[in-house]
Amino acid sequence: TALPIRGNPTRENYSSFEFFAVQSMDLTIQESRGTRSFNLSDVPTDASVGDLKHLIHKKNRKYLPIRTQIRLGPKEKGLNEKDALKVHGIADGSTVYLKDLGPQIGWTTVFLTEYTGPLVLYLIFYMRPSFIYGGGASAVPYSPVVHLAAACWSFHYMKRLLETLFVHRFSHGTMPILNLFKNSGYYWSFACYIAYYVNHPLYTSPSCCWSQIYVFFALFAISELGNLSSHWLLKGLRPPGTTIRRIPVPDSNPLNKLFNYVSCPNYTYETMAWIAFTGMTQTAAAGLFALFGFAQMAVWALGKHRNYRREFSDYPKRRRAIVPFLL
Amino acid sequence: MLAKSYLLIYNGFQALGWTFILYRGLLHFASSPSTKDFYEGFYTAVEYPLKIAQTLAVLEILHALIGLVRSGFMLTFFQVFSRETLLWLVASAGGPKIQTHYGIVAMVLAWTITEIIRYSYYFCNSLKWVPFVLTWCRYTFFIVLYPLGVLGELLLIGNMMPIAQETGMFSYRLPNKWNISFDFHVFLCCATLLYLPIFPQLYLHMLRQRRKIVGGGDRRVKGD
Repeated sequence: TALPIRGNPTRENYSSFEFFAVQSMDLTIQESRGTRSFNLSDVPTDASVGDLKHLIHKKNRKYLPIRTQIRLGPKEKGLNEKDALKVHGIADGSTVYLKDLGPQIGWTTVFLTEYTGPLVLYLIFYMRPSFIYGGGASAVPYSPVVHLAAACWSFHYMKRLLETLFVHRFSHGTMPILNLFKNSGYYWSFACYIAYYVNHPLYTSPSCCWSQIYVFFALFAISELGNLSSHWLLKGLRPPGTTIRRIPVPDSNPLNKLFNYVSCPNYTYETMAWIAFTGMTQTAAAGLFALFGFAQMAVWALGKHRNYRREFSDYPKRRRAIVPFLL
Repeated sequence: MLAKSYLLIYNGFQALGWTFILYRGLLHFASSPSTKDFYEGFYTAVEYPLKIAQTLAVLEILHALIGLVRSGFMLTFFQVFSRETLLWLVASAGGPKIQTHYGIVAMVLAWTITEIIRYSYYFCNSLKWVPFVLTWCRYTFFIVLYPLGVLGELLLIGNMMPIAQETGMFSYRLPNKWNISFDFHVFLCCATLLYLPIFPQLYLHMLRQRRKIVGGGDRRVKGD
């Protein structure tokens, strides 16, 4: 059997006694939205989906491979780039559908932008600038818990930035560029909203007792560690450069025991951290942030949980998505 | 099915309710000696049935939440929330200065005709028989009603802002135990800004729906 040779065969890639002609085919490329289509000729029969994307891009510069999906039907799932076209029955004369995902941006870029904003914005409010709080605001004494809150907040977002750079592995490299503005808008607005109240000269310290601050701070610290532990475990599940999926199970870290009870303990710990921050600062805005965050993470967790259960027939039955025993 | 009967009753009741509001409005128009008398007394003429019908609409949030209807929860929530705010926090709380403004007529008239068509449409839809004229109305009247309503709403919000600032109504100030504050005047400003992105989106969406369902404006003659 001859080895498939990509690109133009030259004297160097084949033995002088074998002549392997790369057969080619003509395809019709149809836009998945709308009715425009064009012909693409000389597509190697043994090309992959990824190769096809590059050929389409050569024909039309707008269709950068990263923003396209090849589909068998206008509303079907995008084909895996590594698959050979013929595996999907794409042959000479076939019509394939091209989905334009729009301008894309890397996940890493998005995360770094999303998280740097809150870090910087909170610290600006922390300094009580006069353009926000009026003149003399920074001279008003700070409650000790306000310093603690600034430290916690900064730790949280610095941890997120470092995780983005060193821990997380993303299964799909990009997302639509509009998400950058949506996500950043959310994070940055809430950062300003919370920072405004905690750092306000008229801020009122938690009413119960000093121990309220201690207890909730401890909860915050544990939750941050728990969240980090979960991320670390999840990273270890997936070998670098792959998109392999495995059932997560607890390791020697006691904080990871939560994996026995929920599919996404990282979200559970994250929610706990924000509840702790709210209790520590007794600030309603933080409570709203915890609530909204929980609502969104619950939706994600339920999706991930459903995927796990679908993918693994032996998935532990007692596990829930995000709240042990309940949700 | 119980759900279907309930929805028939709800939509039917609302369609009749809003028709009654229109009736009250027309009665008032007929008995108004001048245009000024008309728009100054309009709110008083429709206030009670309007409050009943519009406030009942919060049920629709519940319907969307439990999946009784296909509408999305978020969209329904924002729609109903904005209506209740305009009705109770602006029109009702605004006092005579707001209630005698001609913007009230624009806003309430737009709401009334839209809702009569909308609830009748849902009613007929449940019975699986929608006369095309109703569908046509649903996807045509909005072209004028939607901008008219928004104009009325913005006029009223704009006139409410100085009142909110002076009276400090619906506002909660620092310092307090939960370190939260709410400034109604700021809220009204933010609400106004939101019209900028939201109105074009919704309007264009309806126009696109219209093209799909009703076919849109002039057709090209075949063979061109």
